[in-house]
Amino acid sequence: MTSLQKFAALILTGIALATVLSVAMLRTNYATQFRNIPNAEPSRQHWLGADDLGRDRFARLAYGTAVSLSLAPIAAFISVILAACIGGVAGYLGGTWERIITAAVELVLCMPWLFLLIAVRAMLPLNISPLLSVIVTFSLLGSLGWAASARVVCASVSSLRNSEFILRARASGTPNWRLLLVHLLPNLKPVLGAQFLISVPVFILTEANLGILGLGVSEPLPSWGSLLTELESMHGFGSAPWKLVPLVLLVLVVISFQLIISSDEVSA
Amino acid sequence: MKRTALAVLVCLFALPFGLLAQTRNELRFYLHSEPRTFDPLLVTDESSDTIAYLTTGRLVHVNRATQALEPELATAWKVSRDGRVIMFKLRDRVFYSDGSRFDAQDVAATIKRMMDPNTHSPFADIFGAGTLTAKVVSPLEVKIISSVPVANFDRIFDQIAIVSSRSPLKERAALGPFFIADYKPGSFVYLKRNPNYWKKDDAGRQLPYLDGIRLEIQSNRDIEALHFLRGEIDLINSLDSEHYDQIAQRAPGSVHDAGPSLDSEQMWFNQVANAPIPPYKRTWFRSTNFRRAIAFAINKQDLARVAFGSYAQPAVGPISPANKFWFNRNLPPAKYDVAAALKLLRQDRFRLEGGTLRDADGNSVEFSIITNAGNKYRERMATMIQQDLSKLGIKVNVVTLDFPSLIERITEKFNYEAALLGNINVGLDPNEQMNMWLSSGESHQWNPREKSPETAWEAEIDRLMKAQSISTNPVHCKKYFDRVQEIVVQQEPFIYLVNRDALSAVSPSVIGAHPVVLRPETFWNIEHLRLSANAREK
Amino acid sequence: MRALIIRQLLAIAVTVILGGLLCAIFVRVAPGFDVDIQQLDSRLSAQTLEALRAKRQSSRNIFAFYGQYIRNAVHGDFGKSLVSDHSVRGLIAERLPATVRVAGGGLALAWLAAFSLAMWVMVLRSRAADIFAMSAASLFLALPAAVIGLACVVADAPPLLAIAAIVSARLFPYIRGVLTRTGNMPHVLAARARGTGELRILFLHVLPVAAQPLLAIIGISVAIALGADLPVEALCGIPGIGQLAWQAALGRDLPVIVTLTVLVTIITVTLNSACDVAAEAVRGQHA
Repeated sequence: MTSLQKFAALILTGIALATVLSVAMLRTNYATQFRNIPNAEPSRQHWLGADDLGRDRFARLAYGTAVSLSLAPIAAFISVILAACIGGVAGYLGGTWERIITAAVELVLCMPWLFLLIAVRAMLPLNISPLLSVIVTFSLLGSLGWAASARVVCASVSSLRNSEFILRARASGTPNWRLLLVHLLPNLKPVLGAQFLISVPVFILTEANLGILGLGVSEPLPSWGSLLTELESMHGFGSAPWKLVPLVLLVLVVISFQLIISSDEVSA
Repeated sequence: MKRTALAVLVCLFALPFGLLAQTRNELRFYLHSEPRTFDPLLVTDESSDTIAYLTTGRLVHVNRATQALEPELATAWKVSRDGRVIMFKLRDRVFYSDGSRFDAQDVAATIKRMMDPNTHSPFADIFGAGTLTAKVVSPLEVKIISSVPVANFDRIFDQIAIVSSRSPLKERAALGPFFIADYKPGSFVYLKRNPNYWKKDDAGRQLPYLDGIRLEIQSNRDIEALHFLRGEIDLINSLDSEHYDQIAQRAPGSVHDAGPSLDSEQMWFNQVANAPIPPYKRTWFRSTNFRRAIAFAINKQDLARVAFGSYAQPAVGPISPANKFWFNRNLPPAKYDVAAALKLLRQDRFRLEGGTLRDADGNSVEFSIITNAGNKYRERMATMIQQDLSKLGIKVNVVTLDFPSLIERITEKFNYEAALLGNINVGLDPNEQMNMWLSSGESHQWNPREKSPETAWEAEIDRLMKAQSISTNPVHCKKYFDRVQEIVVQQEPFIYLVNRDALSAVSPSVIGAHPVVLRPETFWNIEHLRLSANAREK
Repeated sequence: MRALIIRQLLAIAVTVILGGLLCAIFVRVAPGFDVDIQQLDSRLSAQTLEALRAKRQSSRNIFAFYGQYIRNAVHGDFGKSLVSDHSVRGLIAERLPATVRVAGGGLALAWLAAFSLAMWVMVLRSRAADIFAMSAASLFLALPAAVIGLACVVADAPPLLAIAAIVSARLFPYIRGVLTRTGNMPHVLAARARGTGELRILFLHVLPVAAQPLLAIIGISVAIALGADLPVEALCGIPGIGQLAWQAALGRDLPVIVTLTVLVTIITVTLNSACDVAAEAVRGQHA
């Protein structure tokens, strides 16, 4: 690991640790409404002030970070695995199979998947717990968000398929499964890594947009998505810059992810 | 030669600026959604209503400031004792924007078309089971006959726009101060001054003062507020509390709070007999004690203060105090009393066990409240109610849904437990809410389309509403509807939460604006509005 | 090559038809299809409400609807909007120019920006430049599309900049990855060892090899641009296709949603097929 990778990993670890510690040691519940101090400024009791319902912003940020940081990467992982399987098989098989699978991928890309999410949400019981609803939301995002990555994986596998080391391995009688897992997959790591890193913030942001449609996290559970919806009111940030903290945290996390991967490539 | 050429160049350069300096005599504001129709007889949405208000003429006019009824296209009228016949005497020498003449024939044709079942006009629905027919007595006299007595028969005609029966432009031929000159879907509607408008000011000058109105379509309220502050638009008709504060900080003279609006926010429980909810929950929701307990446990003062930034007031009943005539002033103020709530629940054999409320059979009391996603005020209220009811040991799940999903649940499938929505009241007359109060009504939201009233109090409301709808004595009508309000407050089929304030913003450049509570709050006197010299020069 | 083009055209046709049908099924199955927001108007009578419900009657049997839709579409008739009663074709024709300006312009700018930045990083071969570029991309990746769009409104900047920022943030890591990997290939290392200049290496040794994987992402970038266009248009009040799609989604406007999906599918699939044909042509040339 280069020093930059270490630094980025340190930041991520630090944020994760800080989140766990904050959640464990919080004196204030994220749902408690202090109604006499809505939109309060930061103070000793409320380090990041209070939101529009008087709820402690720091507590909500800590819980929201925990929710988004744990679920978005899982969703991204699901989507990358699906992309690797579908795109990998398509690119490896080539020919008609590649065309059929690629067409199916394009079909999925063009679909208004929003309606599928709405339909699934409507089938969920109304009294589902907020945590379960957010798990379902992120799982769905992961299951539907593989298409763009699959096409990229397919193109990469397609170009690797006829490379010398693959031809040599095939000529020496290596079975297909071994070709895929031992020879192709390691060479796909950078592509899959890039797709994973792109997907994590995309899923966090998609969850925020879904919140507007009622597919996000149920109250009172916070997530980065629900915290970021405050940004849609552009006024007031000059006088309340602490409202930007979730955004700053998100950017920090994303950049850290990117630095880890980018350092890998630059050092090679 | 050189000097002449230079002068010409300077003039050519200055000309566009000169033109710009004298052109703007048009008002600009936003519509929040695409207008669904330009046919005034089919208007149901706010944007279409705005355009209809600005371009059409009516027989009578409710003065939005005084709430008094005034002559408009009709100079005089007389309602028969039995409330079934109204005779209008029409104004002479009134012309549409295309030059065609207005007369009794147009009124008769409008009524005929409105009452045609194939038109499905919401204005015909106001008359319920009754039908209207119109008879042309003379070119300037028309008699309108109802098959059933109609309370406040004359006031209803403030809502019915008269459409030309002969103009090839049909509904586009305008009797109002403006006519539709241009329309780009998704973008804007441009209204131009009606050169044939009949009204004049006290000095005899033809109205309106404005040359035109540019209505751009913009659903984003943040952008609307931003553009108002930049001077790109001249008014915001219904402002929310956050933007009110934002604009008040930077342009204090521009904002107006006219006090409580006619609108209300309320929640209700699903009482439909065959709703797909657990039977024990249905038992809770159909219990008056349960509903009253919930009502007592909700801190409405907090809802008004926190959710709406104090630009709202706790609601007392179904009618806002802004509705001066119909509001029942004898209703008790909104009550917040958790102890009283628990007492009511104990009467129905609920008990608190370890912080959880349980019914007589041991079921823990838990239910969901659905509301429309994207409305931050309702989301806030639902979250606050969630916390309030936790003090009773009740677990509330807040579920926000997109509008079509929500409507399907509350009007078709009834697969919900409690809902939180609002009422936008355009008019003052409770007869417009008949479908909500009659137990057989489609909008009787807690239990629509009952074959017969399932409770004694609903039967009583049915009787009272029908009585007031056919009475021609305003004192009797008021008495009946006062009693309806008392029953609603006692039984809490709707738990009324708040009445939002009527907030608006008007640029100081607009002269003559006096924002009021009734819609349209800021431009109700559009023909008398004009722009200051500064605004014209921008 | 001709056989390939014919195959691609057939594939496009099948994909488009299937795509439209799938979309129609999604919309039909989604809750709230049978309702109209006007049903909440307490002034409306039972008859009027029944008429509102009946308006959607013809769309209830989705296969019958879709069959009729395809038959009419062949003649250029895409039906009428269930919400506004305007012809779908007219609605799209009116709004297309705004979207072409915003999404099309934004996409072009995104490619230019992402490509230029990736080439700059490649040529400089500097860690600092790479970190700076990745940080800039990460920043735009991390911001919600709505926030970027609103920031453009506040700053009075053209909305296509929002699309460019959103799309380029997603393009840049991939383009950078492709160029870097290609730059580490043996033939490039050999050229560098021979003392060939970085620019020459980029244009003669890296770009031709990187062309195929880069072409593969054109279609996706169009889908990303169109996806970003929807929230930007809807929130910033731009009267384009994105705003129309958003309103149609809220109103369960089946003819409009199906037509827009078919349109997006045609564009995406055609672009991807064109890239495949071009890639095949390039491969053929090298062979």
